[in-house]
Amino acid sequence: MTNEEALQQHSQVTQGAAIAVHADHHHKQSFITKYIFSTDHKMISRQFLVTGIIWAVIGGFFSVVFRMQLGFPDQTFPWLETIFGKWAEGGRISQDLYYTLVTMHGTILVFFVLTAGLSGTFSNFLIPLQIGARDMAAPFVNMLSYWFFFAASIVMFSSLFVSTGGSSVGWTFYPPLSALGEAAEGAKAGMDLWLISIFLFIVSQLLGGLNYVATIINMRTKGMFMTRLPLTIWSFMFTAILGILTFPVLLSAVVLLMFDRHLGTSFFLSDIVINGKILPNEGGSPVLFQHLFWFLGHPEVYIVALPAMGITSEVVSTNSRKPIFGYMAMVGSFFAITTLSMIVWAHHMFVSGMNPFLGSVFTLFTLLIAVPSAIKVFNWLTTMWRGNIIFTPAMLFSIGFVSLFISGGLTGIWLGNATIDIHIHDTYFNIAHFHLVMGVASMFGMFSGIYHWFPKMFGRFMNKTLGYIHFWITIICAYLIFWPMHYQGIAGMPRRYFDYSNWESFKMFEGLNTFISIAAIVAFIAQFLFIFNFFYSIYKGRKVTEENKNPWKSTTLEWSTPALPGHGNWPGEIPEVHRWPYDYSKGDRDFIPQTEPIGADEGEH
Amino acid sequence: MELAMNQEKKIHPQKYMMWMAITSILMMFVGLSSAFIVKRSQANWITLEIPQIFYYSTGVILVSSLTIAMAKRSFIRRLISRYAVWLGATAVLGVLFVVMQTIGFVELWNSGITVSRNASFSFLYVIVGLHALHVLGGVAGLLLMSFKSFSRKNIVYSPLGINLMSTYWHFVDILWIYLLVFMIIEG
Repeated sequence: MTNEEALQQHSQVTQGAAIAVHADHHHKQSFITKYIFSTDHKMISRQFLVTGIIWAVIGGFFSVVFRMQLGFPDQTFPWLETIFGKWAEGGRISQDLYYTLVTMHGTILVFFVLTAGLSGTFSNFLIPLQIGARDMAAPFVNMLSYWFFFAASIVMFSSLFVSTGGSSVGWTFYPPLSALGEAAEGAKAGMDLWLISIFLFIVSQLLGGLNYVATIINMRTKGMFMTRLPLTIWSFMFTAILGILTFPVLLSAVVLLMFDRHLGTSFFLSDIVINGKILPNEGGSPVLFQHLFWFLGHPEVYIVALPAMGITSEVVSTNSRKPIFGYMAMVGSFFAITTLSMIVWAHHMFVSGMNPFLGSVFTLFTLLIAVPSAIKVFNWLTTMWRGNIIFTPAMLFSIGFVSLFISGGLTGIWLGNATIDIHIHDTYFNIAHFHLVMGVASMFGMFSGIYHWFPKMFGRFMNKTLGYIHFWITIICAYLIFWPMHYQGIAGMPRRYFDYSNWESFKMFEGLNTFISIAAIVAFIAQFLFIFNFFYSIYKGRKVTEENKNPWKSTTLEWSTPALPGHGNWPGEIPEVHRWPYDYSKGDRDFIPQTEPIGADEGEH
Repeated sequence: MELAMNQEKKIHPQKYMMWMAITSILMMFVGLSSAFIVKRSQANWITLEIPQIFYYSTGVILVSSLTIAMAKRSFIRRLISRYAVWLGATAVLGVLFVVMQTIGFVELWNSGITVSRNASFSFLYVIVGLHALHVLGGVAGLLLMSFKSFSRKNIVYSPLGINLMSTYWHFVDILWIYLLVFMIIEG
């Protein structure tokens, strides 16, 4: 049987079943149950995605505003005063606003966009579709997960409008600054709302994560052994496990911090004099907070990165028309990364005065992460090697992900060494490192996923040409923004400063700062190409037809559903799985769907 | 292969979720416990005094584990009215437990040991308080289930609900015993 025959036969079967099911089972949904309080995993996924996009625009805009301050410190922009009022008098942002913007940029991008927007969207969308389930293990809990995220979003957004401004203590919210309202405007009401929002967000992540793992472990279709799961699903499972194990620890830190803020306890506070007033707090330890925070904080970067890795594996294999290289090595390295990521947190704290011996242990574990990461990179490259590569926008973004992951990952080896880190800690080198390796790289993973699964999500295609333009501007700007920051960091330029023009040693970077800011503005504007493409295509894009419902000629189960699957995903029976998901270019076949039994003349992978 | 698959599916997905939720809640208390141990080794630590009433409340929550086991037995035998009574009893014991914890706190507070007195007592308030919140969450679930058992319209035959509930309830029970022992040894 050739591919065409197989596909045709398959679509006939599903179409026939669709009619049969439609006749006896036609439950009506109101607008509210279908689009708002929906328990359908696909709708929840779209809700996560659209909310994530809105947050990405806000978070990205904030970075443009503070980059304008850094790039043009002596100029004024009257329109800033129009937007920010008293926070930007005379068209120049205040120092308080600068810190609020930096804090919010970090919080929004790390938590709301790259955690909820990336893993929330694709875990929800792909898990039931790719393992062959009708929905999540607990659809109602899944819906709650989104609405807790929505509530967190509302609280976070409203915190920007309180009279003392949003939180300005950094996304890592280290005490004592975050514990003492007297310390800064942005540590007052804005900080409380920030903590409440993060509390709601953690609840959302836990409810979602429980569902993801339970669904993957227990609800696979017949024949879908764990070793036949697409790598996307493996990555979502490890992401969820990380979240389940580490977010509660952050929650404990949030609770203790709340007590320090409002009930006079001294978990994190000791011997502080503020504005000439001696505080009664004694015996607390801010380093304790750092431990609790980074026990989540470090796995969090993998919560952000793993889904992007999973998506990349899937997209790279599909568009190279080759089986993924080293499937079990990929799974093994996911496992290794997950395990190691929970025992390296203190490498963020090398300058906290820790015992150098302890530091060397954390250095060792940190450097060990380079091994599974390198295995993954090697496997992506060897998958593409001599492949028949089809450069769809999704593929370009996946290649971009690999490129950024290498560039940013290499500097991770520098920063993981305590001896080097002590010198470049809190400089622009650090900013360059984590933006490349987990910030921009994961954004690329997300873009790749959106371009790849958009036809399945909305039943229409996105515009390819706009996708290509979007990709090239974004990747060029990403490197133009972050590459020069390495040099600034090595020269000792500290992060979080409002204005560098007072320092003789950093004056040489004036032009470079302006250059970076211009690149950042161009990158931000380019994202509107994507946003236009996204929303326009939802309504006006080329339609996916039943004949063309597997546009990328992919083997995985989600493409065996109708072009726009309804509630329950498959009309009729859920298909049975007979093979692993990476049978590309096998024998004389371009690809063999997972639903096709192993032939007499072929061996199982 | 087939057999292995079926065995895998024997655990209901939501049961599995409950176990993971328990792991997750446990991680929060592990975080607090390790913070407790770190703080304990630092200056100014005052040895914890555990209010007497906490030992009595331990008895109450242990009994409530028995009553929920009875509720589960009654449900399986389809003795629904008895099931509702046992559920209600468990809920009452849960509330009693929380009330007793609160009394313990009030006594502490009145004897001058406020939440901000010393880190050791701050931890006591936070840990016991967070545990009590989890008990209250369980009570809400119990009440919901016992009201549902009176409904004539939706008769529940699946033991899933009571299974999940009893797993959770035994968990908060064991968690309390762990916390108490931990605070006695480490405090």
